[in-house]
Amino acid sequence: MKEKESYTSVSSGKTERSGMKRRSFVQLLGGGIFIFFTPWRSLDLLAAPAEQARSLPKDYNAFLHIAEDGTVTCYTGKIEMGQGIITSLAMEMAEELNVPFEKVKMVMGDTDLCPYDQGTWGSMSTRSFGPRMRAAAAEARGVLVGMASAQMGVPASQLEVRDGIILDTKNPKNKVTYGQLAKGKKIEKFLDDKPVPEDFSKFTYVGKSLKRSDAYLKVTGKAKYCGDMRLPGMVYARILRPPSHGAKLISADVSGAEKIAGVSVVRDGDFIAVISGNHDEADEAIVKIKADYSFDEMKVSDKTLPEFMLKADSRVNVVRTSGDLEAGRQLCDKVIESEYHDPYLAHASIEPHTALAYLDNGKMIVYAATQAPFGLQDGIVRELGLARENVRVITPFVGGGFGGKGAYQQGIEAARLAKLTGKPVMLAWTRDEEFFYDTFHPAGVVKINSGSDKSGKIQMWDYHVYFSGTRGSDTIYDIPNAKTTSYSEKDTSPVHPFGTGAWRAPNNNTNTFARESQIDIMASAAGIDPLEFRLKNLKDEKMIACLKAVAEKFGYIAGKSPSGSGIGVACGTDAGTWVAHMAEIKVDKVTGKIKVLRIACAQDMGLCVNPEGALMQMEGCITMGLGYTLTEEIHFEGGNIQDRGFDSYDIPKFSWVPKLDCIILDRSDKAPQGGGEPAIIAIGAIVANAIYDATGARLYTMPFTPERVLEALKKV
Amino acid sequence: MEETIRFSLNGKKTELRIDPSQTLLWVLRNNLGLTGTKFGCGTGFCGACTILVNNEPVRSCSISVGDVAGKKIVTIEGLEKKGKLHPVQKAFIEHDALQCGYCTPGMIMTVTGLLIKNPSPTHQEIIDGLENSYCRCSAHVRIIEAVKTAALEMRGGK
Repeated sequence: MKEKESYTSVSSGKTERSGMKRRSFVQLLGGGIFIFFTPWRSLDLLAAPAEQARSLPKDYNAFLHIAEDGTVTCYTGKIEMGQGIITSLAMEMAEELNVPFEKVKMVMGDTDLCPYDQGTWGSMSTRSFGPRMRAAAAEARGVLVGMASAQMGVPASQLEVRDGIILDTKNPKNKVTYGQLAKGKKIEKFLDDKPVPEDFSKFTYVGKSLKRSDAYLKVTGKAKYCGDMRLPGMVYARILRPPSHGAKLISADVSGAEKIAGVSVVRDGDFIAVISGNHDEADEAIVKIKADYSFDEMKVSDKTLPEFMLKADSRVNVVRTSGDLEAGRQLCDKVIESEYHDPYLAHASIEPHTALAYLDNGKMIVYAATQAPFGLQDGIVRELGLARENVRVITPFVGGGFGGKGAYQQGIEAARLAKLTGKPVMLAWTRDEEFFYDTFHPAGVVKINSGSDKSGKIQMWDYHVYFSGTRGSDTIYDIPNAKTTSYSEKDTSPVHPFGTGAWRAPNNNTNTFARESQIDIMASAAGIDPLEFRLKNLKDEKMIACLKAVAEKFGYIAGKSPSGSGIGVACGTDAGTWVAHMAEIKVDKVTGKIKVLRIACAQDMGLCVNPEGALMQMEGCITMGLGYTLTEEIHFEGGNIQDRGFDSYDIPKFSWVPKLDCIILDRSDKAPQGGGEPAIIAIGAIVANAIYDATGARLYTMPFTPERVLEALKKV
Repeated sequence: MEETIRFSLNGKKTELRIDPSQTLLWVLRNNLGLTGTKFGCGTGFCGACTILVNNEPVRSCSISVGDVAGKKIVTIEGLEKKGKLHPVQKAFIEHDALQCGYCTPGMIMTVTGLLIKNPSPTHQEIIDGLENSYCRCSAHVRIIEAVKTAALEMRGGK
């Protein structure tokens, strides 16, 4: 615990044109008590660019503020995109500070007000942020109680906090509120990274279900998303886009667009846009531009991709190795070789990438739908040559991200247009642009060679993942001879023809599909029930507990697969959380259509902060997972993306939703783990295994479209 | 060419001097300041821009302001009356039937239209009525439950 500037008054230093200095920052927020802390020490700060030394103390990346009116605010660079941390983080603060939940506010994703944060992804908010934020809140409570003790002349041990009021337990009329204590003060405390041990059983809010604090705003249409911001003189922009990735502009005739009254054409080299105060006019104008392109595209399509990937030059990395594969092979009764394919997927958030940018006395202010406000700020600094202190990114509510809004091209484009025109520019990508410029879930290939001995014990596991990443490639099973090899893109020879990025539980959907399909194939080859085969080869107690819990919930009846009943099982880990799933499906052997009837899921996520919120995430994961499992796939030919809208890119609908049974194992004595992603990882695998159980047909390529199911049925 | 277009908007008489071919969604969001109605796809697929026109759920991205001349429009902003939430809004809160909330206004308007037409929908009728309204966060199971609760309240608990 370091203490700086205790009990000092705020200096009257002016806000400097070059940016908001520390003093002015405190001025902006008024007096009160500030507790700086470091939820991201190990993760974020290493990644923080040196130039991110900002107006705020650079070693601390979040803080609490207790204002003179008693309001407690947490300032964090994290953002709310539906995952519910605006509620769960506030609950944890209310808990630790003993204040009513309503007195707690979250200020999120504003680069001027919040300390640096790398971005909201990886199910990190609760598991990494929560414990440290609670420690900061406990520290704040300690400071307040100390102040109250001095002021009231009562030893701290005799004081108690109830609803933001500190009172003397021997004379309850002798009391003081947090707000009264904070009044006229300016205290900054700097908390080092030492979360205090906590007694979870004493929590008031944590572990109980609370309604979302943002629900009222969202059901009334009052919640402001980026596209809802309005400024005087604001114009809508549309940007000229190439017909395919890799196409280069040769010439453009913009005269048709210029003829439309109220429309201006903005041009900066190859970057051409139209702006208008009227949304429809901008839409009309952009299609009037006649442009010629040259094409230099990668000659690959979704059909030739797996072969292309297996032959491509790559960086080879042995992720993990144990024992001796050859020795293991000798012990195998049967060795199974399989190859699994997974396509590119779009994020398809209903809110498109949107940004509103304007210049305010030389400072670029950008509202953006983004998961990475600080990344966007850096991007604008880099692309537009502005000083960092002259760029402010503000993140209103985000309408879904799933990893796709970790990319922020639209924010840079809007800022560029604001700089070129001097006007406030609103840019919302069309659905076509959304599909074209998405940073897709990377397609990939997984090859597995594996085998078990006569008793069903897995002796050898040789796993190769090509270009779709290693998250979730852990073996999880107890296998004496195992190796995991990853093949990834070299900077000099790109393999993915367009941008790729994180997509809910990045890479893990691919790896869990491959691993858990292979386990099922081995179980079947060994003539052992797929659940029994897993339990036989697992030593991981959490995984075993999840499997047993889901089997009980599901009412699993053991038997060899294919049993004809259409039951699938799979399990895995993600973001520090363990999950096991079971599904029951029906296959229409004439049409090849799959109907998923029910899915059960058991999850061990450590302490669950908001059980209802966590269940919501699990249900969302499972339902969204049906998309990548059954229909979602980006078709392309070279750089030309063929799926550009919801007409051909089919996402889960109401009629698809099976009966869902989700259970969260009681682990309230363990630290909380990720909840926004884990339950999606095994959906491909449970459905693949259920198809096999129903029909004996094995699907190796996602999604399981009717065509692929019919094709697989022919091989039975 | 500008014309005078009159319609009822959230119970109020509204008159606009406007080109009738303008897309209703953007007239609502820009000319009338009602940003609760969202842009999702612009092609009528996702349902984020759904409003009620004469009690029918309509995708406001796919019609023009001239199409609603003389008609009765209700947007998400028109459901809350004197600080009292509509039963559908209340049920969405009660069931946590939303996450990011971006599809929520359109979803609520679709549900409201469905319940006006069919006050006692079966489970299957709810699914059919919402089939083409997208929720990428996938709150589907909770939305279905919310519709059942709202329907019950709107029928006076019967």
